[in-house]
Amino acid sequence: MTIKRDQALKVLAQHYPDGIVVPVYQAAFDWMAIRPHPLNYLCTGAMGQGSSHALGLALACPQEQIVVLDGDGSLLMNLGTLVTIGHQGPCNFLHIVCQNGIYEVNGEFPVPGGTEVDFASMALAAGYREAHTFCDLDSWAKSLPELLERPGPILVDLKVEAGEPYPRDYPAIHSEEARERFRSALAVRQTG
Amino acid sequence: MGEPLQGKNIQAALQEARIEFVVALPDIVTCDELLWPIAREDNFRLVNVCKEDEGVSICAGLSYAGKRAILLMQHTGFLDSINAIRVMAMDYQLPIVMMIGLQGLEEDRAPSESAQNGVRIVEPILKAMDIPYLVLNDDSDSSAISKAVDSAYSAPRPLVFLIPRLGNSG
Repeated sequence: MTIKRDQALKVLAQHYPDGIVVPVYQAAFDWMAIRPHPLNYLCTGAMGQGSSHALGLALACPQEQIVVLDGDGSLLMNLGTLVTIGHQGPCNFLHIVCQNGIYEVNGEFPVPGGTEVDFASMALAAGYREAHTFCDLDSWAKSLPELLERPGPILVDLKVEAGEPYPRDYPAIHSEEARERFRSALAVRQTG
Repeated sequence: MGEPLQGKNIQAALQEARIEFVVALPDIVTCDELLWPIAREDNFRLVNVCKEDEGVSICAGLSYAGKRAILLMQHTGFLDSINAIRVMAMDYQLPIVMMIGLQGLEEDRAPSESAQNGVRIVEPILKAMDIPYLVLNDDSDSSAISKAVDSAYSAPRPLVFLIPRLGNSG
């Protein structure tokens, strides 16, 4: 069983309407359409690096919740990040992995291990405080509010498939405008 | 050549530059004189990373919140992180400040004249990437660190300090 990714993200948007989100690749394209917001940190640049950017934000802004929307292919490219995050132990860190078993924006070729990779076990072994796997929308929707309240770092492995197709706006996720928008919004948030 | 570069003077310069975070993987050139003292003392928040490109991105995230950081690594880690540095430092012009130990550099040679391929190619790569850098050859060069870091964060733009040897290491 899997969850349509856009449906899972709509649930997140409902419960987390205006916090900081670091989304990568197809999750970023979906998220930009589902929850357009200046506190979307879109410019992660190099593949695999989303959770590391998010760790920097989490350490810099301990009063802010940071949510990462990672991909399985991306996380596999930077697995050491789990240990780094586990070691730092940021309480304000929710790491969501959208696991579809493929490099969706790169020809839909399978990732090593396909959909069988157990990211939740890896996260716990790396020092995350909690880790959970969800493969149905109802369970995800029911659990999310509490997950957003509990201290992290927490990893959530969402077993997903593509939902509604959203445009892959690469210029937007690399744009100076997106970076400035985020920087300004974060500054306002920190002074407000 | 003046007095050997001293780790304690680099630390003082980083404090003067208002660096709060040291993101690091150990490098034999800087480990004893710089990284270990940083780990033992409480002057900086140390973030140990598993791989250097993580550090590039952590520094990027910190920079958006106005937090100053330095990424301490070996030249091999720099070479391994080129794509992340390319994006953050070149494409996005973020103030990624890196301190790179040149492990294997011969005592009587400049980096560009090293017989070690990994060391010899660092400066040409930095030039090709248009990343400003300073070679910290001796202790008097420590005095340039604070102002250079200020300039990088003000611009903003990346910056690299190359460390051929530190104290009696290298």
